Amino acid sequence: MSIFVDNNTRLLVQGITGKEGQFHTQQCVAYGTNVVAGVTPGKGGQKMDYIPVFNTVKEAVAQTGTNCSMIFVPPAFAADAIMEATDAEVDLIVAITEGIPVMDMIKVKNYMEGKTSRLIGPNCPGIITPGQCKIGIMPGPIHKPGGPVGVVSRSGTLTYEVVHQLTLQGIGQTTCIGIGGDPVNGTNFIDCLDAFEKDTETTGIVMVGEIGGTAEEEASEFITKNVTKPVVGFIAGLTAPPGRRMGHAGAIISGSSGTAQGKIEAMKACGIHICENLGLFGELCSEVF
Amino acid sequence: MKIHEYQAKELFKKYNIPIPDGGVAFNSDEAKKVAKNLGKFPVVVKAQIHAGGRGKGGGVKLAGSMDEVTGIAGEIIGMNLVTHQTGPEGKRVKKVLVEQGLNIEKELYLSIIPDRATAKIVIMASEAGGMDIEEVAAETPEKIIKVFIDPLVGIQPFHCREAAFGLNLSSSVMRPFVSMLGNLYRLFMDYDCSLVEINPLVITAEDAVVALDAKVDFDDNALYRHKDIIEYRDIDEEDPLEVEASKFHLNYIKLDGNVGNMVNGAGLAMATMDIIKLAGAEPANFLDVGGGASAEMVENGFRIMLGDKNVKGILINIFGGILRCDVLAEGVVHAAEKTGINVPVVIRMEGTNVEQGRKILAESGLNLTTAADMKDAAQKVAELVAG
Repeated sequence: MSIFVDNNTRLLVQGITGKEGQFHTQQCVAYGTNVVAGVTPGKGGQKMDYIPVFNTVKEAVAQTGTNCSMIFVPPAFAADAIMEATDAEVDLIVAITEGIPVMDMIKVKNYMEGKTSRLIGPNCPGIITPGQCKIGIMPGPIHKPGGPVGVVSRSGTLTYEVVHQLTLQGIGQTTCIGIGGDPVNGTNFIDCLDAFEKDTETTGIVMVGEIGGTAEEEASEFITKNVTKPVVGFIAGLTAPPGRRMGHAGAIISGSSGTAQGKIEAMKACGIHICENLGLFGELCSEVF
Repeated sequence: MKIHEYQAKELFKKYNIPIPDGGVAFNSDEAKKVAKNLGKFPVVVKAQIHAGGRGKGGGVKLAGSMDEVTGIAGEIIGMNLVTHQTGPEGKRVKKVLVEQGLNIEKELYLSIIPDRATAKIVIMASEAGGMDIEEVAAETPEKIIKVFIDPLVGIQPFHCREAAFGLNLSSSVMRPFVSMLGNLYRLFMDYDCSLVEINPLVITAEDAVVALDAKVDFDDNALYRHKDIIEYRDIDEEDPLEVEASKFHLNYIKLDGNVGNMVNGAGLAMATMDIIKLAGAEPANFLDVGGGASAEMVENGFRIMLGDKNVKGILINIFGGILRCDVLAEGVVHAAEKTGINVPVVIRMEGTNVEQGRKILAESGLNLTTAADMKDAAQKVAELVAG
């Protein structure tokens, strides 16, 4: 078992003919992901390697039965691409693009309300069910298939670090999800925690957060009420100065809200095992899981 | 991106949001000229820096005569203004805004921000104007009115009435307030603002609604579609090393410690700063070279970190996925040779081709320490700077 993606996923890539889109599509194919279509407006009828390219998402859905889209469209056009995939009723949309204006994402989020598609990201590494399906830019080989731990994180390379330490300890992963570093995103911590709780193969959960917003606090409350599986958490940014955006658009302490200390306290109070020293993350997980 | 109060007021003027008469001045003579044009006293002289709390720091003063304008402007321009937002080092004031004094009846608070949790636009208003809104929110949250707006539908008259009645406005100021709030919302949306704040918004004895202060911040990701706003950037207000880094698309923020660090990815960069502190040292910066860092970016990163004279040691932490460790190692060696690094450097790398990468570093003949993992790296660099 796994959440959101597995070997039944039939992937579409929006922006498949761009440099990034092309490279990462090939990496996903090499990992074993079933890539069935690409979309680049104006390039319909062409092929990228063996993959047919279409002008619109609707055409791609009709011709290939794709159920998931990975988006590599530049920031100025990414919101439009997400809405196009939503309109075509693609089940899962994974937006890798970094740098989408907040107002565009606010509009997208409101547009998607009540519709059937789920969005992961933007500004995220993607989602991987090790051994089955990789949708995104994460390095495949650091993952260990078969579970039993689910990973959810706001970060990219920090997630790789955490996964790598799990794998070194011999702890495999069911699914690893990067929900993205932007202030307004699709799938949040709670959606993933809920799915991991319901997934029978997942027996423990890793949650990696960072400064900014209140998503970790809300997730902690959810865990108290709804999650029976053990959760190990890490929060980046204890040394981050207030009022500064730390690389990710969403990573900013505003006044007294969004601090790492506040999040850690909230998580601890809800029974989450907090890792204070990232260097010892794997060791803590092997104790807890 | 932040702009000055006088620039924000230029935007207000464009959107018919009432502001006091006035103008910006770079020296006492110009300040005198502005005051002369205003024609009556008192006038207010306000320091223009990118930080709040200017009044408490002595950067906002009332002048009752032309001599006072000259004196106060001369005193404020060139002063090192310290507020709770500037840090203890303060900021050099280079210009002032000279404005007409008003007959203030009532001071209100008004702001518009995107709400990240609900993905709506939220108007916040309070009768507790002129105060630190964070304090009001913490101590008397019932004094803050919040009105949520669906961005796909936009602001409606009832939203504005909700705010106006919540603020207990008299019927005579209701109309100008509602029209002002609609205009403010349009400004917010048109320019992809991340914050529009008026604190205080004043009601005068003549029943006028006037923005006494103005703060507007913009979403950096949206600046590509607002070329006129980019013109407002004032690099005097930014750290010179951060300005330099931004030229190379490096995400650099200067801090107070002595361990420089360069990392790929923002989350891992923050975690690296944290682990440096845990090891007993202090990070000198945040530096994210991005997931696909090139040799050139690594080189520029080195140069910028070494531009900070407090840096006594450097930690490089790269989790190579797409970026191969052998390519990174070559970049580091090249950069080290070219920039002439004179402080100890600890390198931790992990991921694709890590063995080849370590070999390249070991054979370079440079004074580089390799570390096995993050904990080891942080301890090694902390020991090296402790000396």
